[in-house]
Formats: sequence, structure tokens, C-alpha cells
Amino acid sequence: MSYIAKSPWVVHYDGSSCNGCDIEVLACLTPMYDVERFGIINTGNPKHADVFLVTGSVNEQNKDVVKQIYEQMPEPKVVVAVGICACSAGIFRECYNIMGGVDTVIPVDVYVPGCAARPEAIIDGVVKGLAVLQEKRDNMVKAVEDESVEPIEEENQDAAEAGEAEEKKEEAEEEGGKQK
Amino acid sequence: MIVKMIIFIVAYLILAPILGGLLAGLDRKVSARMQGRVGPSILQPFYDVFKLFEKESVTPTRVQDFYVLIFVLFVIASGVIFFAGGDLLLLIFVLTLASAFLIVAAYSSNSPYAEIGAERELLQMMAYEPMVLITAIGFYMYCGSFAVRDIVVGSSMPFFPLIGIFLGFAFILTIKFRKSPFDLSMSHHGHQELVKGLTTEFSGKTLGLIEISHWYENIFLLGFIFLFFANGTWWGYLIGVVVCIATYFFEVLIDNSFARMKWQFAFKSSWIVALVLGMINIFVLYLIV
Repeated sequence: MSYIAKSPWVVHYDGSSCNGCDIEVLACLTPMYDVERFGIINTGNPKHADVFLVTGSVNEQNKDVVKQIYEQMPEPKVVVAVGICACSAGIFRECYNIMGGVDTVIPVDVYVPGCAARPEAIIDGVVKGLAVLQEKRDNMVKAVEDESVEPIEEENQDAAEAGEAEEKKEEAEEEGGKQK
Repeated sequence: MIVKMIIFIVAYLILAPILGGLLAGLDRKVSARMQGRVGPSILQPFYDVFKLFEKESVTPTRVQDFYVLIFVLFVIASGVIFFAGGDLLLLIFVLTLASAFLIVAAYSSNSPYAEIGAERELLQMMAYEPMVLITAIGFYMYCGSFAVRDIVVGSSMPFFPLIGIFLGFAFILTIKFRKSPFDLSMSHHGHQELVKGLTTEFSGKTLGLIEISHWYENIFLLGFIFLFFANGTWWGYLIGVVVCIATYFFEVLIDNSFARMKWQFAFKSSWIVALVLGMINIFVLYLIV
């Protein structure tokens, strides 16, 4: 049995949201809804988090931030797009600076529409996300088992990748030298 | 004698994390009730730690995991010294060394958040260390020995002659338990100041280990409270256990009713408490013993 679904820790990022969905996310933590019942904690640290709640659409300014938070989260992880802006950019879709929903930058597992998304809907979305989280965890375990069967191939791949990286580094250094 | 000691050590190694985890679960449940919430299951801290062990481990530097491992070992070692009836002074120094390793681990990650957390942890250590030493000295002056096994079977309760030291120790326990208003370096709540302070760069197994060592630490810190009431009789031990639980409840109450203070306040107040309550108590002991 896996414990991942029993203690999902959440990191919440406000893309370019109007703060409506953010307030609703925080409302989930209040005595009224109390998501800590399910072991959900709002951590504020991507390295401790399992669930990434994004509100608001992604723009040119914050796409790197969203990507970085996603990359800093250890596997298994789930992304929940909260609100219509995070799902498809909503009414801001045609804006010159908006790239679109969160899925234009990182893979999204659960979409929670609404303007603003109701706390009930957000909790429901996170709970749906837990099933995905469980599945990812199972795949991870399976992948580790597969790796232990054929370790030689992967080592070769690693070596090849390392070689490529070194080549690139050398190229970069050469270029740097030329510039000097 | 040795058999009894071994039984105590094994019981501590096995029971302390279970009791500590349950205590942490109760802590969260009681905190939730104080805030008018339902709160998580009492087993939630165990779920959290088991989950952390299932996660991928991401570490900026490999040496940090080594430091954390040493930290955990030294925390457990200091608990073992306590429950084996060993020397209080040795215990305090081993515990200080453990904290030092946690600070080095946080520094080694090179993350600005972890570094500020580590600096604050250092300040906290400076704040509580005098009072912890005064506690040991007080026990020595009253019981004539630094050894826990002698203090436990002492003929009278050290609580009344050491009441100032007891209050001072309860004060710095707030720092050791990482409770508000002194949860400067890291907090168990989602306050999110400094991301997560000391533990910002720890994830997965490493964070789980820190959590487990925190349970070990809590149990033997409550053991200190127990020592104040131990007088070699069963009712003394019973009072000790009841006061341990009451003290923990009181710390949770304080945690939920105070905002976080600045480090200056934490530092000044704990030194003033150590000087006033601790030193006066020691002086009085000097006169009466």
C-alpha cells in the first residue's frame, strides 16, 4: 500500500490570476472546509510538495517560474489547474502577453474550471489528482523494477548523454574563447 | 542493572518514534480543535513520513544527506544516554553537536533560505543553551549527581526546590519544540516564512529522517520534565507523566495563541529567563543545600 494519497502536500502558485481563485484556494484551508482533514498541507515549498495548484493563466513573465516550480518538485507529482484562466486562459486568451492555459508550459493532470472555482470544486480536483498521483507512484515503482532487470542499456544511454553534454560544453567553451 | 539498562535503551529506540509520532498527531488534532477545525487523523504524521520515504530524493549536494544522517544518529544517541541513565552534561553536549550538524547540513545546500534558517537556528541555540546548562547544574546541586539514574531514584521531588529552573526550562522548551512564538528557523505549520527555513532544501527521505529525529527529541525533552517529579515512588512517576502531557498541551496552546516574534525577542527573553529564574534558583539552592 502506498501512502502518497494520504498526505498530499500542496504548493500554490498565482500565475496572472485576479486573486479570485487564490482566495478560494485559501478558503479550503479555513475551518469551513478544512482540507487538513485529508492530510493536505499548504507548504509553500516546491521541494516538499506533491500537488501543484496553479491559478491564473501563464504569461511571458511567469512561464519560467511555473516551469521552475514544476521541475523542483520531486516525483511523483500532480499539477491541478484551478480556474478557467489556468485551464484555457479564459477571458484573457486574446491578450497580447498571455501564452494560454498552464498546459502550454507544463503537463496538467486535472482541470478545475470555474470563475472563480468554488472551494468544493478545488477539493474535488485535488482528490481526483490523488488518483493520478497514486497511478504515477505505481508507474514509478514499476519503472524501478524494470530498470533493475536491464541496467546495462541504461548505463550506455547515460554515458552517451554525458558524452553529448561534454561535447556541448566544449563547444560553448570554444565559442567563449573566440569571443574573448 | 545492565539488563535493565538494555531494556530501557531498546524500549526507547522502538517506542520513542511511535509515541513521538502519536504526540505529533495529537498536537495537530488539538491545534485543529483550538482553531475550530476537525483536523487530520492522529496517525497523520506517520502517513506523512511514510510518504516522504516514497518520494524521489532531490538533493543539491550529496554531503547534506550525510550531515542529516549524523544529526539523526546523535539525536538518537542523546536519547539513549538519557534512558540509559547516563550523564546529563554529556547528553546536552551530544544534543548540541547534533544541532550543529543540522545547521551544517542546511549551510551545505547553499540555498539562501536554508542559510537564513541555519543562522536563525544558531541564534536559537545561543538562546536556549544557557538555560539547558543551568537545568543540569540545578539537578547536580540538588541530587549530588549528573547521572539520570541517580536523579530518578532521589528521595525527594526536585520540583519544589528547582521550581524556577522548571519554569525556565519550560520556557525554552518552546524553542526546542519549534513552537510559536519561537519557531524562527523552521515551523511545522504552513506559515511559509522563509519558505521552510532550515529544511527548505531537504526533501523525500532526508526530510522524513528529520521528522523522525524530531519525535525522538521531543520524547526525551519531555523526559527532562519527568525528572523534576521523579522521587523513586510510583506516584512521583505518575505525576511526572501527567505533568509531561500537561506541559506539551500548554506548549500547543502557546503555539496557537502567539504570533512569531523576532529573533531579538527570543534571544533576550530566554537569556533574561535563564538569568532571573535560573540563576536565582541556583543561588537559593546554594543557600539551602
